[in-house]
Amino acid sequence: MASIDGALLDFKRLDRLATGDTAIHRLDPRAKVLATLVFVVTVVSFGKYEVTALVPFLLFPVAMVALGNLPVSYIIKKIALLCPFALVVGIFNPIFDREVLVQIGSLGITGGWLSFASIVMRSILTVGAAIVLVGVTGFPGVCLALERIGMPRVFAVQLLFLYRYIFVLTDEGSRMERARKLRAFGKKMQPGIFGSLVGHLLLRTWQRAERIHMAMLARGFTGEFHTRKDTEFGSREMLFLFGWSALFIILRFLNLSQLVGSLVTGISP
Amino acid sequence: MHMADALLSPAVGGTMWAVSAGTIAYCARKVRTDLDDSKVPLMGVLGAFIFAAQMINFSIPATGSSGHLGGGLLLSILLGPYAAFLTLASVLVIQALFFADGGLLALGCNIFNLGFFPAFIAYPFVYRRLIGAQQTRSRMTMAAIVAAVIGLQLGAFGVVLETVTSGLSSLPFSTFVVMMQPIHLAIGVVEGFVTAAVASFVYKARPELIQFSPEARSTGSRPVRGVLLAFLAIAVLTGGFVSWFASKDPDGLEWAIAKVTGKEELRAPAQGLLGTLAEVQQKTAVLPDYSFKKPGETGKDETQPAGQRKNAEGSRLGTSVSGVIGALVTLALALLIGFLLKKRQQAV
Repeated sequence: MASIDGALLDFKRLDRLATGDTAIHRLDPRAKVLATLVFVVTVVSFGKYEVTALVPFLLFPVAMVALGNLPVSYIIKKIALLCPFALVVGIFNPIFDREVLVQIGSLGITGGWLSFASIVMRSILTVGAAIVLVGVTGFPGVCLALERIGMPRVFAVQLLFLYRYIFVLTDEGSRMERARKLRAFGKKMQPGIFGSLVGHLLLRTWQRAERIHMAMLARGFTGEFHTRKDTEFGSREMLFLFGWSALFIILRFLNLSQLVGSLVTGISP
Repeated sequence: MHMADALLSPAVGGTMWAVSAGTIAYCARKVRTDLDDSKVPLMGVLGAFIFAAQMINFSIPATGSSGHLGGGLLLSILLGPYAAFLTLASVLVIQALFFADGGLLALGCNIFNLGFFPAFIAYPFVYRRLIGAQQTRSRMTMAAIVAAVIGLQLGAFGVVLETVTSGLSSLPFSTFVVMMQPIHLAIGVVEGFVTAAVASFVYKARPELIQFSPEARSTGSRPVRGVLLAFLAIAVLTGGFVSWFASKDPDGLEWAIAKVTGKEELRAPAQGLLGTLAEVQQKTAVLPDYSFKKPGETGKDETQPAGQRKNAEGSRLGTSVSGVIGALVTLALALLIGFLLKKRQQAV
């Protein structure tokens, strides 16, 4: 069952990136979460046909990858694999929107291709930002940040529970599937078989949850996880958040690509 | 089908974020006050179970393709709507962060499309009504299929509305609907069948797990109506607020109009649920028109007035060439900065 194991390994790898110890990793998670949100909102606020003004925004994920010491090829691979839905929907733009908007020499670029390129660019930026955020913060960090920003505690506990048991249960699920495969001689899984296999997994999960709950009660669980809060929102965090936000807002209203282009080519816009 | 950041406008994304956050807060309060605290670890572990179950594929008979469980309806059957909604939302948060299914801004849309519809529409209004007083296997299968189909149809329609309202895709509304709904009809039938298979297996082994009599009372129309009303209020409020905010954007009238249209549209799902199909149809006619319209700026240059590009062919050529070259140079610069930072990082 290469696919489940592969997916799981991939998942664990992303999870482990957060154990890095760089200046970016050490920042308070709230600063990183908020900066990423500002980034995403700024990126999606551009007009439908904007492509060039989006390019400078690459600086944020690129800088985070570099400063956070994340593996470049892995991040690129992850971004490349993602967002099929946006691309499937976006590819219809060139078909429905044929008005030529940009003329470069004899080559006319239609609005559809322009907006498709914009969608691709947005996908890269937003997906990249999410992956990089997890890579430099880690899931518990993101949860902690969201809780301190105001997410309900029950939901935060729910997220942390889910995260802790994902690895246990996906391992268990993949073992069950591997066992079935070894006994099935290449026969594909029928929905009825799937029902009882997953049903079994569900029953085991349920029993496990009951055991976990009793064990937690025995240790004095009162409905919240106590985590060591060793970071606080200090001046470094302020600088990080407001520095990036200011840059995003400047880049939102100033097409840097256009400026650099006119500097290089000497053609004024 | 996960909605993606790249297809969203900030007004739509922000509104759906507010709506989903409001629903999460409401459900969290509900779970804390109504349920015993043994549900909390159960919810977390069941969320992980949904994750594991989604990774196991099965082959769909007679098609040769394979599918996997969505899990919204199954969770609702096991946990009831409030806990199920929270659990689904948490699964979607993990998917958005680790698998970037959609993205961070689209999270609000996804939680709504894939969590709200199965937990608060399909389960209480369809599944519970159809299953009646005694659970038999055939009844369960039938109810699960109908409920899953309706839940997924609504979810798919939500994706269509959110995409078209955002205006980034040029797909006309009607074409998009015709593309999305039949696919999700098939997915819904498979989802319902598999949900019923798992649920009836569990029912045979441990019938007490599939809650029944207390749930039947508590999921009557009253609390669900509360959720619906709260959702409507939030949608209208934030829709109004966000679009008012967005209309201050100096990007031009077109942008503002798009946002206002966005607000109008966002009310549509809620009203559509209440059955104002005629209104939706009217929007159908308006929307393709709107998405074909070009915004005032060509996207190449914000400072250049729209009218100017008609007569200044030469300068437009220059603009676009320098735009493209500039983008390439900027790209190279961004990568170079990254490379230098990385070098420094390694040196330290």
